Amino acid sequence: MRMDGERLLHPAAVDDWRRDFPLLRETVRGKPLVYLDNGATTQKPQAVIDAEVRYYQHVNANVHRGVHHLSQRATDDYEAARATVRTFLNAASEREIVFVRGTTEAINLVAQSHARPRLRPGDEILVSAMEHHSNIVPWQMVCAQTGAVLKVIPISDAGELDLDACAGLLGVRTRLMAVTHLSNALGSIAPVEKLIGMAHAAGVPVLLDGAQAIAHLQVDVRALDCDFYAFSGHKIYGPTGIGVLYGKEALLEAMPPYQGGGDMIRSVSFEKTEYNELPYKFEAGTPNIAGAIGLGAALDYVSELGLETIGAHERDLLEYATPLLAEVPGLRIVGSAADKASILSFTMTGVHPHDIGTILDHDGIAIRAGHHCAMPVMKRFGLTGTARASFALYNTRAEVDALAAGLRKVAEMFQR
Amino acid sequence: MSDLRELYQEVIFDHYRKPRNCHEMACANHHAEGHNPLCGDEVKVYLQVEDGVIRDVSFSGSGCAISTASASLMTEAMKGRKVEEVEHLFQEFHQMVTGADDAPHEDLGKLEVLAGVREFPTRVKCATLAWHTLQAALKDQSQPITTE
Repeated sequence: MRMDGERLLHPAAVDDWRRDFPLLRETVRGKPLVYLDNGATTQKPQAVIDAEVRYYQHVNANVHRGVHHLSQRATDDYEAARATVRTFLNAASEREIVFVRGTTEAINLVAQSHARPRLRPGDEILVSAMEHHSNIVPWQMVCAQTGAVLKVIPISDAGELDLDACAGLLGVRTRLMAVTHLSNALGSIAPVEKLIGMAHAAGVPVLLDGAQAIAHLQVDVRALDCDFYAFSGHKIYGPTGIGVLYGKEALLEAMPPYQGGGDMIRSVSFEKTEYNELPYKFEAGTPNIAGAIGLGAALDYVSELGLETIGAHERDLLEYATPLLAEVPGLRIVGSAADKASILSFTMTGVHPHDIGTILDHDGIAIRAGHHCAMPVMKRFGLTGTARASFALYNTRAEVDALAAGLRKVAEMFQR
Repeated sequence: MSDLRELYQEVIFDHYRKPRNCHEMACANHHAEGHNPLCGDEVKVYLQVEDGVIRDVSFSGSGCAISTASASLMTEAMKGRKVEEVEHLFQEFHQMVTGADDAPHEDLGKLEVLAGVREFPTRVKCATLAWHTLQAALKDQSQPITTE
């Protein structure tokens, strides 16, 4: 699975990276923290924390409105963060980068502003069977509003999207395809190039939910040719409450605003309001300025390390962990797609995921237990939940060893 | 390790592996559903109440060791009790698992094996799901109750 020319990172490099994250020095119940819940949220490097502190200590003012010095600086920093996002995604223009609260808001924005005005009764929206609730519920809501119908691309037992079934589902009534780039519950990487090719051949635009993918895979929205890309800052070492909707300019231009308020207008009278240009049309109200600046710092941090280097390190962890965990008595890995990243979901015979989580937590090991906001995925596999370890750039093989040892303890306690 | 052992006592494992009164009840005159949306666990509690006394009680559903053992132990403890005693017992049980007081909980009897939950605040909902559902059943609530 390792690509040619990829070299294993020297362990000392990861130690250097770890030092950038102050929270990793915390202890839990007297034990060093082993943080393996990165699919839920990642820890923040000092550079991100400093960027937010610096903003509040030296720059804080409202953006896009003041004539005074600070307002100009805040606006410059906020817009510089947008430029960083544009470069990170290789978008064509900063007009295509809309700051939102997170992936969820980005998807709701597309559902309400792009899909809703276009949908007629009987039209179809295509999602996959491995979506997070946030890429299901906004579409169900817009379906209820318009009489459109949600269609689901099935997945195999391995957790791979069924492309043949997808071809059959793409029809004359399909108006939008919305799929995850990387499944949060299974770790499967969706074949997004193929999906986008198929959808575009049928004249259907594609939204990619990049919440999980953004921190692990290089995303080039122009190479992918996706129409919308949504992600959250906090899953890529940035702050919570800030995220990004990328949209092709022509599509965004054609969409009505999502919310009304300040900053999204050019002029307002009681007779007629003129909306602001892109991307401000979609940024009503004072935005999360500090969050955007923190996100910019996070993307700078990731870019400096290089997503290729990070990805190779995480692939090594996943390849190291997979057979090690499979050896734990009664453990079954859920999701065995050929193309996976960063996420290991598993069950243990006779042990509920919550009990696994509690016992590991006792050793300072943080994992996720439950349905991962992906109940349809759980149902697909006949489960109510799984335990999930998810890796980030700062995790080590030693931490994987600690996880395996913890799981053996779980097996001993429960399978006596 | 000690508080982990205290949580996962042998009695808990025993009731998790071989839950008592774990079946649906056709002749129940009260029942309710409980749901813990955090983990997706669901439990149903069935009651046969006559003259203000719980003649029979059972539960169905699947959950973690704590929620299953707690439901199993609860059904054992409730059989033959007067309905009016339930509220008081639940209050005591709740205080015990949340660590609200350090007083001994003599009325709880065998249920005291769940005292270890107080060291694990994230698991209190697991331990109390069946109890909330029991209360809902006595009140004949038709909507499933949730721990959230």
